[in-house]
Amino acid sequence: MKREMNLSVNGTQRSTLTQPERPLLDVLREDFHLTGTKFGCGEGECGACTVLVDGEATRSCITSIGEVEGRAIETIEGLEIDGALHRIQQAFIDQQAVQCGYCVPGHIMTALALVRNKPNCPRAEIVATMSEHICRCCNYSRILAAVEQVVG
Amino acid sequence: MDESFDELELEIERYELREPTRFRFETDRRRFMQATGTGLMLAVAIKPRRVEAQRGTARRDEYLNERFFLAQDGTITVFTSKVEVGQGSRTQLTQAAAEELRLNVDQISLVMADTQLCPNDGGTAGSRTTPSTVPRIRAAAATLRETLINHVAKQTLSQPEQIQYAGGIFRSQDGQEMTLGQLASDQSLVDALKRTSLAEGSTVIPVADWQVLGTPVPKLTSRAVVTGAMQYPSDTVLPGMWYGKVVRPVSYGASLTSIDLDAARDMTDVVVVRDGDFIGCVAATSYEAALARDAIAASAAWNRPNHPASVDLFTHLRRNITSPGTPRKQGDFLYAWTGATKRFDASYKISYIQHAPMEPRAAVAQWNGDLVTVWTGTQQPDRVRSELIGAFQLPAESVRVIVPDTGGGFGGKHTGECAVEAARLAKAAGRPVSLRWTREEEFTWAYFRPAGVIDIRAALDSSGNLIGWEFTNYNSGGSAIESPYRIPTTVTRTAQCEYPLRQGSYRALASTANVFARESAMDELAAMAQSDPLEFRLKHLDEGRLKDVLRAAARNFDWSGAVSSRLPNRGVGIACGTEKGSFVAACAEVEVTQGEPRVLRICQAYECGAIQNPANLRLQVEGALVQGLGGALYEAVEFSKGQITTDNFSTYRVPRLRDVPELEIVLLNRTDLPSVGGSETPIIAVAPAIANAIAHASGVRSRSLPLKLA
Repeated sequence: MKREMNLSVNGTQRSTLTQPERPLLDVLREDFHLTGTKFGCGEGECGACTVLVDGEATRSCITSIGEVEGRAIETIEGLEIDGALHRIQQAFIDQQAVQCGYCVPGHIMTALALVRNKPNCPRAEIVATMSEHICRCCNYSRILAAVEQVVG
Repeated sequence: MDESFDELELEIERYELREPTRFRFETDRRRFMQATGTGLMLAVAIKPRRVEAQRGTARRDEYLNERFFLAQDGTITVFTSKVEVGQGSRTQLTQAAAEELRLNVDQISLVMADTQLCPNDGGTAGSRTTPSTVPRIRAAAATLRETLINHVAKQTLSQPEQIQYAGGIFRSQDGQEMTLGQLASDQSLVDALKRTSLAEGSTVIPVADWQVLGTPVPKLTSRAVVTGAMQYPSDTVLPGMWYGKVVRPVSYGASLTSIDLDAARDMTDVVVVRDGDFIGCVAATSYEAALARDAIAASAAWNRPNHPASVDLFTHLRRNITSPGTPRKQGDFLYAWTGATKRFDASYKISYIQHAPMEPRAAVAQWNGDLVTVWTGTQQPDRVRSELIGAFQLPAESVRVIVPDTGGGFGGKHTGECAVEAARLAKAAGRPVSLRWTREEEFTWAYFRPAGVIDIRAALDSSGNLIGWEFTNYNSGGSAIESPYRIPTTVTRTAQCEYPLRQGSYRALASTANVFARESAMDELAAMAQSDPLEFRLKHLDEGRLKDVLRAAARNFDWSGAVSSRLPNRGVGIACGTEKGSFVAACAEVEVTQGEPRVLRICQAYECGAIQNPANLRLQVEGALVQGLGGALYEAVEFSKGQITTDNFSTYRVPRLRDVPELEIVLLNRTDLPSVGGSETPIIAVAPAIANAIAHASGVRSRSLPLKLA
């Protein structure tokens, strides 16, 4: 059954009339047209759909909108403020961590959680955390360089 | 011109699917069959007029106004049918135009892969953008530059050689100045562009004078990517757009015996379409479309034919040879084989693997009367347009395909099935429809790099020289099948088999299999000849580009040092190859503990002529290498009872960051040679280098891809 669901997205209160079982990913993309968050696998394996929920990196393809009702969602669209990139975004540009780029928003959101929560995280932990993502262009060494520009 | 490259040398066809896609829409089928017979024939029959003129660097019937648009802000828009799938074509083609027009890259904008707006430069495949499209864009841009200078000369009553031009500003000797922006509103110039064809030729800027090409221009779309503003095909949103889902057969070849299309009757605002074999649902959200699809699919009964399982794959291929192929012979192999001092005889097994681009197939279709526009991710916009024309029996001018920069291809997006499905759903729904395949659909209903079996027999004389070579590939194809080594007698053959999975292009396609088998065999032959693997290869190669990359890789890896100072459980391996006109060699070091290999480091040398963008080339070489590591160690599509059992990333293992070894990439820049494409060939040496290193470390030789030690 549909019902009115409220949540904060990038600091703005949003609401949508929908089924609580619906994936957060679909709501972001289809209801709010925030298409920066990508579909990759639908089973939480690839990380393309990663957003922050109350600051925690979360796979939006396996998270229902009902689970995050009333909580604060951050997506890739929320990082740039008044034309200024977040330094983790800039790092992905500086280190050429973009080939097709489709996986990059998800990578950046997980990296953002590291930047905020574990800014001095050692390399081994960065590698373990970022290994939860897939880049099929296999641009991994550049992605690691980008994260290490800001973390560790 | 100096960068021209004979396209006829390369067989484009071998990168194509062997089977056409077939859409059997009931409503259109009778007319369709009457008109054409098959979808494939149709695709040939209705190719736009320009396709036949693709060969050569400048099309004779191309006029400047088809290729360029001059804007009053002083920028120039360039049109091309090529697509950007992450390999860097957008940046590279922008560099090509900027170079010849003496502009910065930010003064050029590229409109790519819009069948209505862009001249047809062909699809994006076979590493053809660098050797074919870059020269074509450069030739056209050089003609434009000369035309503009001539025009300014006329306007200022000067001679063309008296006009100084740089950065979009023209100056005559008497100090008159004109800008590109001013020229853009000059109607006589606009008319001149319509009359100026490329047939006359032009002078392009030589490599030694390059200012934009040859430099590490960063990817132009990076900022859009990192902000989430980038609009990939699946991100296309149109007013009033709904979302589609498709009912798929339960297994390969399954046919419906019954289905209840009213199973979703309790759901409001759902459009259900059945047309021939095709059943789909459309709703305001993809979640609701999936609910309806699931309800209908649950009501279906299917007749499921037998289908071979992957455990029987290699037996199946050997037992079902449809064409043995014609042997290509040089010398008398059997004589060499009979008289050999030592003989080598081995078989190699190559699994099916999949491209698995991060963005699955996606399309948004919009009808306007009998006109349809489809935004979709494909490497072949013109082929997809043909598929749409065929499926809906439309005149060619009624179909427009637009390919936004796409989330990965790797040879896996040559087909238009998702575009056709989206268009069928949109037609039924009477509104734009977005269809994005699930990962499971992508893993099941897209296509695969062909599996194969390879047989090799080789003969050595008493001095350890290779004197005979027989190489047969069953099913996986003929790319790079000819050995680059100097061998007096050779027989090569490509056999075709009845194959269980839909198969087609892949990054460097069959050369991934053929180079793996050959370079693995070369290692075993070196051991039989009691020779170092590097020395054995060098001994059988003439001086030239392959030998150069082999030496460069060995030198930077410190091959001889690594061999002599080997630690327990560790081993090193080397391999090389050439394909599509470029040359690669890799050295790998692995550690094998309790039967588990770990790749510690790889040094790869690569040469593809004059480097046009060293930054992007490095990304491509490294990405191909790491992608190849997946095919070497993990990736295998498994199936049974007509279903793919490795149908998502939890079951189909691909390389991740933790798998990446220490990497050293060595790029040889041959500014004296024509540039060729560098996104494919760097994948071919990594698997055999690792295989050889594992054998060196463990004494266990795996002759299968992926490598199996147990």
